[in-house]
Parts: sequence; C-alpha cells; structure tokens
Amino acid sequence: MEISFTLNGERVVVTVDPSDRLLDTLRESLGLKGTKEGCGEGECGACTVIFDGLPVNSCLIPTYQSRGHVVETIESVSPDELTALHSSGATQCGACSPGVVMTALWVRRNPELLSTHNLREVMAGNLCRCTGYDGIIDGLKGWLDEDGGRRGGGPAAETETRRVSP
Amino acid sequence: MGALVVGAGWGMKTLSARRLVGRHMRPHLSAQQSATGRSGLGRPYVYCRAVPGDTHCKNQAIPFRTEAGGRVKRVEGLSKLTGRERFVDDLPMDGALWGGTVRSPAPRGRIREVRFGAGVNWSEFVIVDHRDIPGLNAVLLIENDQPVLASTQVRHLHEPVVLLAHPSRHEIRRALQQIEIVVDPEAPVLDFRETPSPDQIQYGTDNVLKHLRTEKGEVERVLADAPIVVEGVYETGSQEHLYLETQGMVAWMEEGVITVSGSMQCPYYVLDALRCALGREANLIRVIQAATGGGFGGKEEYPSGLAIHAALLAMKAGQAVKLVYDRVEDMAVTTKRHPSQVKHRTGLDRHGHLIAQDVEILMDGGAYVTLSPVVLSRGLIHAAGPYHCENVRIDGRAMLTNSPPFGAFRGFGAPQTQFAVERHMDRIATELQIDPVELRRRNLIRDGQTTATGQVIEDGVDRVALMDQALEMSGYRVRQRENAEFNRSNLGRQRGIGLATFFHGAGFTGAGEVHLGSVVHVAGLPDGRVEIRASNVEMGQGALTVFTQIAADRLGYPPSQVLVAPADTHRVPDSGPTVASRTAMIVGHLVEEACDDLRRRLGVDGDCEAKGLSQAIGSWHEANHEGGLLGEARYKEPPHIHWDEDTYRGDAYGAFGWGTYIADVEVDLRTFVTTVRDFVATQEVGRVLNDVLASGQIQGGVVQALGWALMEECKWRDGAMDNSQLTNYVIPTSCDVPPIRVDFQEVPYPHGAQGAKGIGELPFDGVAPAVANAIAEAVGCDPCEIPLTPERLMDLMGER
Amino acid sequence: MSILLPETISEACHLLATHHGAIPVAGGTDLFVHWPQKIEDRGKTFLDLSGIEELKGHRWTGDELILGALSTFWDIIKDLRAQIELPLLLGAARQVGAIQIQTRGTWAGNIMNASPAADGVAVLMAYDAVVRLQSQAGTEEIPLSEFYLGYKAMRRDPGQVLTEIRVPRRGYDFQMFEKVGARAAQAITKVGVAVTRRGEEWRVVANSVAPTVCRCPTLESFLATGQPVRGPHDLVVPLRDDVAPIDDIRSTARYRETVLARLLYFGLRDECPCFA
Repeated sequence: MEISFTLNGERVVVTVDPSDRLLDTLRESLGLKGTKEGCGEGECGACTVIFDGLPVNSCLIPTYQSRGHVVETIESVSPDELTALHSSGATQCGACSPGVVMTALWVRRNPELLSTHNLREVMAGNLCRCTGYDGIIDGLKGWLDEDGGRRGGGPAAETETRRVSP
Repeated sequence: MGALVVGAGWGMKTLSARRLVGRHMRPHLSAQQSATGRSGLGRPYVYCRAVPGDTHCKNQAIPFRTEAGGRVKRVEGLSKLTGRERFVDDLPMDGALWGGTVRSPAPRGRIREVRFGAGVNWSEFVIVDHRDIPGLNAVLLIENDQPVLASTQVRHLHEPVVLLAHPSRHEIRRALQQIEIVVDPEAPVLDFRETPSPDQIQYGTDNVLKHLRTEKGEVERVLADAPIVVEGVYETGSQEHLYLETQGMVAWMEEGVITVSGSMQCPYYVLDALRCALGREANLIRVIQAATGGGFGGKEEYPSGLAIHAALLAMKAGQAVKLVYDRVEDMAVTTKRHPSQVKHRTGLDRHGHLIAQDVEILMDGGAYVTLSPVVLSRGLIHAAGPYHCENVRIDGRAMLTNSPPFGAFRGFGAPQTQFAVERHMDRIATELQIDPVELRRRNLIRDGQTTATGQVIEDGVDRVALMDQALEMSGYRVRQRENAEFNRSNLGRQRGIGLATFFHGAGFTGAGEVHLGSVVHVAGLPDGRVEIRASNVEMGQGALTVFTQIAADRLGYPPSQVLVAPADTHRVPDSGPTVASRTAMIVGHLVEEACDDLRRRLGVDGDCEAKGLSQAIGSWHEANHEGGLLGEARYKEPPHIHWDEDTYRGDAYGAFGWGTYIADVEVDLRTFVTTVRDFVATQEVGRVLNDVLASGQIQGGVVQALGWALMEECKWRDGAMDNSQLTNYVIPTSCDVPPIRVDFQEVPYPHGAQGAKGIGELPFDGVAPAVANAIAEAVGCDPCEIPLTPERLMDLMGER
Repeated sequence: MSILLPETISEACHLLATHHGAIPVAGGTDLFVHWPQKIEDRGKTFLDLSGIEELKGHRWTGDELILGALSTFWDIIKDLRAQIELPLLLGAARQVGAIQIQTRGTWAGNIMNASPAADGVAVLMAYDAVVRLQSQAGTEEIPLSEFYLGYKAMRRDPGQVLTEIRVPRRGYDFQMFEKVGARAAQAITKVGVAVTRRGEEWRVVANSVAPTVCRCPTLESFLATGQPVRGPHDLVVPLRDDVAPIDDIRSTARYRETVLARLLYFGLRDECPCFA
C-alpha cells in the first residue's frame, strides 16, 4: 500500500507492506539509519521517534498507522543543539543515544512535564547500559538550563546530582 | 612531608585538604620514603596538574600540555548523539543476503539427522554445515574444543549446527522454523556444583575445565591453631551483558580477500579465528571493526565464531552476507557472566587480624573451555580481597556444564570472588562483634605487604585513607545513626548502609602482556597531522578520545590534529585485545612511546612545539616519496614484574586499582524490594585521564553491577537462558538507581599512559558486596547469594 | 498480513462481520511486540481502529468518564480532572511501560490483551468500569469484572468491537493501587492490587495472581465484616479463596501470595480499625 506522512518536516510517500514496522520503513525503505533497534519489544527505547509530538517506540508501530501523521527522527536534530549532552558524557557506546536524544528533545520542548515528572521518570523508557544514567540526566538538565537561562528561570530538575569534575 | 602543596587553581591547599570536588592527588611517596628506595616502581614523583599560576609544583611529572587535557570531549560523541555513527546493522549492504543460524534443540546428544521441511524451496537458500569448513572446525581460543558448527554431537542448547542465507530476512526466519535437528539425547550436566556421574563426563576425567591453586604460608597449621575461624559459602548468579547493540557481522569477498566487519572488541582475535577455521593466510583475511554498541566482554570472544559463520556463508554464496542477531537470539545464545560458588574458611586472631584464608572457588564454565581458565585465574587472584594475610590458599575449578559457554564479562571473575570475600568480611565482623570498617582498617594491605600471590604492593596508595574518604563522603557514621533512628520508627521500611573495599589488577595477568607483545604505530601524515594505529576499539569506553588526548599531549598537538585509524587489520598493527582494563594504561602508554619514536625518527627533540613537529613531518614526506613515516612502540615488560605461571605466585599485575564503595539502601518490608538511596564510589586508578569519561566508566560500571546485585537473573531451561527478552530479564532504568557519586584519588602509575591505571572493570567489583552488606545491616539477615531479588530476600528473611 | 482500515464504528462492525476473526488493533503496543518473529501472526487479518475519529480521546459526562477505545494512558496522565477524581487511573497509567508506551497504549487495548498483569484493568475494575461492545447486531454493556472467562478468554463475540469504557464518577472513602514489578519503572506487574471503598462496599482487584485480573470477593466481604486482622497472614486465608498465584518466569507463587497480603495489610492498616 502507498502511504504518505510528514517526516522531519517533509511529506514522504512510501510503499509499504501492511506488516512493515515504522522502524524498518525508516531504516530500510527511507535509509534513515539513525533510529536503532535495541529489542523489538518496546522496552529499550533505542527506536524512539516523535510521533505527532509524542515519543513512541517505532518498533511497535505498523507503518501504515503513520499515514497522515507527523514523524520526527534523530536525523532532524542538529549536532549544534547537543552541546550539553555531549559535554556531560550522555553518550558512550552510542546505541541508545538517538533514542535518548529524541526523548530528551521532547522533554525540552515540553518543560511543563517537569511539574509532574522528574527527569529520571521521563527517561525511564530509554535503557542505557553504559552511562549509569548520570551523564544522560545531567546532560538533559544542562540542555534544559540552556533554555532556562534564556527564559530567565530554569525548569525544575533533579537537584541531587553531583558532578565529579570541577 | 615535603612538596605537598599543589594546584592553587583547584582551590586546594595541601593534600590533606578534604575535598577536591571528587579528585584527590596524592604524593606517591614522601621524599623521605622514596630516598630509602622502598619503591619497586622507580623513583616516585608527586603529580600535579599544570594550572595557570601554579608555582608550587616542584617535582612535576607529566603535565597535560594541551589546554584541553582532561576536558577533551568524546571525539565521536556528536556522531553518536545524532545517530550518524554506523553500526554493523547500519552499513550499506545493497544486495547482501541475510544469514540465519539453525541451532541445537537439546543440551547434549548425538546429531542423528538434519531434516529440511517440505514447505520451503531450499534451492533459494545458501546452506552451510560443518562440511563446508575449509580449515579446522574450531573457534580458535585457549583450547580448540568449541566447534564452529556442530558435526556429530551437540553440547549445549542453541549450539550452531547449520547456517542459512537468503535475500529476505523474513524468509530466513520462516525457514529456520522448518529445519529440525534430530538429536539422540545424552545425560547433560546442568548444575556446576554437583559432582558429575560417569555418563556425564565430557572433558578429561572429571569435567574440570581448569584447576588453579596459589598458596603462601601454612594455611592448615594456622587454621588449626586459630582462636577464631569463620566459614561461609557464597554464590553469584549469571548476568547477560546486554550491550544495547546486538551481535552482528557482515562478510564479503574483495579481490580474493575475505573481509568481515562487525561489532567486536578484538579484531585480531577474529582474524586469528578466521585464519584457523578457513585455513587461509592472514593476508587473505581482513577484519574491520564497525562502531560497537557496547561490549563489556560480551564482544571479546563471541564475535570470532560469528565472523566465521558470516564468512562461510559469504564464501559459499559468492555474495555479501549479513548476520545480525535480534535481541532474543542474542540473549539466548551468547556468553554470560560465570556463575560461581566460593567457600571461605578464615582464621583470625582475637584482634580481628586475618591470619589464614582458605578459599575454594567453583565456576560454571559452560560447554567448552573458551575463556574460563583465565576468568578463573583472575577470580582466584582477587579472591582473598585487598587484605594482608600471611597464610593464604586459594583453590579454583572451572567446571563443564551443558550450558552455552560462559565468557568474558567486565571484572572477569573478580566480581564473583570479591562478592564472596567482602560479604565474608562482614560476616566476620558480626561474629567478632567488630565494626566492619574497623575490621577492614586492621587488614587492608599496606605498602610493603603482599597479596595472596605474594606480590609486594608498594604503589604509594593509602588504602585506609581511600576508605576514610568514602566514609566521609557518604556520611557513613551519620547515616548509620539516622538509619537506626529511622528503623525504630518505621515498621514497613528498614534502612542500612554497607561498604566494600576491593581491588582490580589492570592489564593481562602475569606474563600475559609479554605474550601479547602489543605494537602501536603513530604515523606522520603528509599534511603534518598524525594518525594513531592500534587494534584497540572504541566500544563506548572512550578509547578514541583517550588515545587522541594522549598523543596530543605527548606531541603538543591540538586534539584536532590527531587522527585515530579505524581498527582494520589491513591498517593497524596488533596492539592486543580491548579487554582487561588495558587500553588506556598499556596501549595508551605505547601510544606515548610511539609518539616519542616518531620524534626520534625525525630527529626532533621533545621541546619542539607542534608547529615545528608538523613541519618536520611535512618535510619528511617531501623528501621521502616512498613509504610511510611511522613511530613504533612495542610492549616491554616493566622491570618489576615477576610471575611464576607454575606456582601461580608473583606479580600478577603491573598495577592494581583500589576502591571503597558504600551503599545506603532501604528495604520495603511489604515487597522485599531494595532501593539504593545513595551510592558513593571512591577509587584510586592512577591518573584520571579524562574526568567525564572516567566518571562515566565508574557510574556505568556501578549501575551494571547494581543490576547484577539486585535484579538481573537468568532463568535457565535445559542449561540456556529462558528469559531471553527484555521484558523478562530486566536491567536498571534511570528510576532504579540514585546518582552515583564518584570520587577519585590519584597516584600516578609510572608505566601507564600519563600515569593511568586500568579503570573499566574495577567499578564492577565493589558494588554487589556493598549493597548486600547494606541489606544485611538493614534487615539483620546474612545474604550469601545474589541477585538479591525480592523473592530471594523474602525467603531469606522468612515470615515476619 | 492484511489490514482493514475502517473510518467509522459501523464500518468496523461491518468489516468484522465479513472478515471473521479479524483482530482489532489500537495502539499496537502489545500486538507488535517481537513482530518480526511472529511468523504466524503475519498471515492474519487485522482491523485497524486508529483511523476512527469517534473512538479517540475521552470525555466527562455528569456521572461518567467515558474512555474511547483509542484513549491512551497519556490522555489520562495529562488530564487534571482524572488526577483528582480517579487517581488510581493516573497511578496505573504512569506505571504502564514507560512514556513511549503510555503515549500509544490504550485502555481498551489493555483490556483486550487480557493479560493478568494489566495495570489498567485492575484500576478500572476497582472503579466498577463497564465495557461497551458493538457489532452489527447492536451494542452490549458488560461490567469489566464479569468480562473475563479465563486466561485470555473474554465475553466478546468475534464480531464485536470494544468502543468505549464507562467509568462511574462517584466519591470514594478510600482508594489505593500498588504495583510490584521487577524494577522501579517499566516493569510487568509481578503482583499488584487496586482497592476502593465506598461506605461498607469494598472492591479489591488483584493482578498477576490468577489467570485474569480478578476481583477478590471473599476478601471484600471479609473486610466489610470488620474481622480482626493481627498481621498480613490473616489476610492470606480469605485471599486463597480468591486468587491462585503460580510460579513463572517472573516470580513465585509464594512471593505473590505473601506480598499481596502484605500490600493489603500495610495499605489498609490505617484505614481499618480492626487491623492490628
């Protein structure tokens, strides 16, 4: 079947089998290899993309369900935005990183979330085996602080994290 | 004590100052001590970081010359964060076939028949079995007993028997269900602790894959006379590495060269294994590491067999083949941490000094020898803990069972044996009614004393001070009081704080590094930049960044002028495997020496600044149109290392890292769930090369070990992992762990890069015992087995 | 795999009538787990509900919260009124998977997947929710507590589609939901319990201790009669009439039984004067 949806701001038309997962369509049919498969069961979050403004696991979405919808992938993110995550050690092996960044990007766009959720809860859908999460949480906090600085008031963030480096 | 004042820029007056935001520099030895020549490590020095305006540093060792120094950001970091890094599954492989693996349905037996089902057009498939192996049907390792593909018998569930390739991955999955391996079953061994019956013997006369023993003093005599003897039996479970990127390999022929690329830690292990199984000359094989999404040991030996599989398929197909495991297959079939049982019998005097340690180790090796002898070895060497005791005997056996072989995993046996000894120390403290801290204070090894293998420790590290630092940082005494108060007023929740003191040897054991004989090249490129050529891979730990930083510092180059060559056996020499916490310390040191050699070849002295060096490299290329400009370094054993492989005595490692970890936990008495409220990780790892990377190694290691301690449990069926799904084998999420508070003390190691020692494995060793000791204090039980899942803790505590 | 894409409920009912055994799909967070390995499922016919506007979101009427079949956990997490009026829904929703699941997973899918571990089902049942099923033959309403017949078995005709879940709006004197998974977030429930009380009327609903999420009628009447409870063990006896936990890959029968009793004991101790 032929479907179209908005991918990273552009309309794409793609022919898919009803059984194709969005993850595979992105990676194989559209060549966007940034989104990773970690488990295929919606546990690890490595395949996180933003779907109509919300983070989802693209391994659990049949592609046809994205017809007419808006999908954003890691390919839409500029490295220039990621200084805070880079500096904090948010990535080590890199396999979870695209998913981590997509969830973090969503949190950054929706800082009001942090009035009900703490940073560790919002990141709980992205498993990381390398960092122990401190680098990720600190990086996200730093990314949010960048905005807070501009807006003249930082969002609520984890207060107990302590960095090692001076 | 002289020369104690260091970097004012760090806001620190003297070395006795309490906190340095997580980093402490210590004098190696005082000037007076060093004058007596006690150090076996050459003349000690006081390290300090060069900081602007620092005029106090009299005896400066290796300053960071680049401004960036410890602040070089991960060089491939943005590429990873933006998803541009190419892992094996991301490589463009147009027209490649997909591979699949048909596996044994039984834990042990004779293969009677392979049945190909009628519902599949098999002519569309490339099919490979053991008869297609041109060389030896073995995955080259310590012993060549593990077949590439089973031929007549199988020794574990999921053992590879037949390989398939087809253009459609879906068709491969369908076809895999249509092949039946018919096996006449034989009696499997499914519990490594039980003595095998005669019909279960599959290795030697007793299924012992390896037996090791080290002994000093007179253990039996001292134990017989000891006023106090404390015994204990401790068990640890297996663990899946759960690197986020699964195992995968692609293979293709390129001008007569079989080329494989994939996720791996050790390109030359893969090369050697291909050479052996394919019966090919090494120059007709090329191994290229693709970006590797985590290893933790899981991609040390396992990728060798996978690479052979991919290569066999590609050679038979005459086409590229891609063999990438999905998560379920990866978890079910690949290596895991060795389960262990450790027995302690310890003699003490009335003051709580260790006078004899008798330790027996049993490890589950799985169905083939693979790396079990060396995992056992490292477990054995660390089994007595970081303590001084004159009489020590450690006896270890790795046993065959019909499980998929257990393999390398961060810590390599040492976490298992140090869980045992550190839990045992707390049991001793309870029996003697001594404070666990005090017991350790009395027994921690002092400079000049020896380890279990008789290695004299004289590295200038004050292990008691390290422990004290952890106690202070965690607020240990205050927490103890607060917890006691809390426990009195809360029936449903109980809190406790516990610690572990531990150590980890860096690099290969004994003469291992000599046997490896690692080589590193640093090439001067025509444009004046340099390129580091080493076979050690980036797998998340930061090798690329640390190598870049080391070379930049050594040459006075900005990091941007330093390249690191891809780990491609056609491009880089064999600098050994990326294992054993050796990359920064040993290979990094070779990078330094290769940089020096490059200067030497150019006739440029050490004072020559970057610009001069860069010009000299350019001029060399103008004058020499042929060949390349290479600085080379080859491993040379530091003079102080003496190891006797036969008696298992001597200097087991060039250097040890040391640590004290403290966990503060709360046990929910409704659910028996343990929550770690605070975790302090204090360690000495020589010089810290990069703050962010180093603390990331510690935090990641701690959290991985928290999983092992509390929640990660392999459930077995016929010897193999049954819960091979991420829903059923759970690892910590961000909500399951507190921020890990990291603290370094630094005593530079003269034979490591810039004074660094190994760091990757150390953090794994102290976590489980600290947590278990904390739980013991919280609920007044004596846990001897991990993981301490709520179910296990409930059974341990009984009905209350 | 073939897929049917209705745009209205009546179209969906028609398609279900003509494609016998077609499997309704909402968010897909259960159905598509390990999808590439589900060779057999890929030969089946699916009825995708995601394009039916009528099924989206939830709405509040004077006496009910009505969850459309496509209403997600995230919809409720974001609704302040749900937090205030029906806090157990929020409590369960926030503990289903992680946010990536909460944004796609639906309450209706949670019911239709029929897992004994379903957190959403437990709290809906404790609130006396009713499911509304529609087919070409008409509509039918069934109390959720009567919907399950056995493991993965439901009172749903293959021609019926679940269109909405109706949750009564009324005050409670007491309500709690406790979930125990293998970790703090993103875990399948090993044992869980939802409890509500209005006057003397108790609802106790347990997860993962029976072939289905289940009400515990014996315990409910035990609590209503106000018998003395000296410790968790006193709750085990009535619970044994209601639940039948088993050993499986995620936990043990003993743990499930013990912890269920302890969750109830510690949770109700301050609520029930008869608890020691």
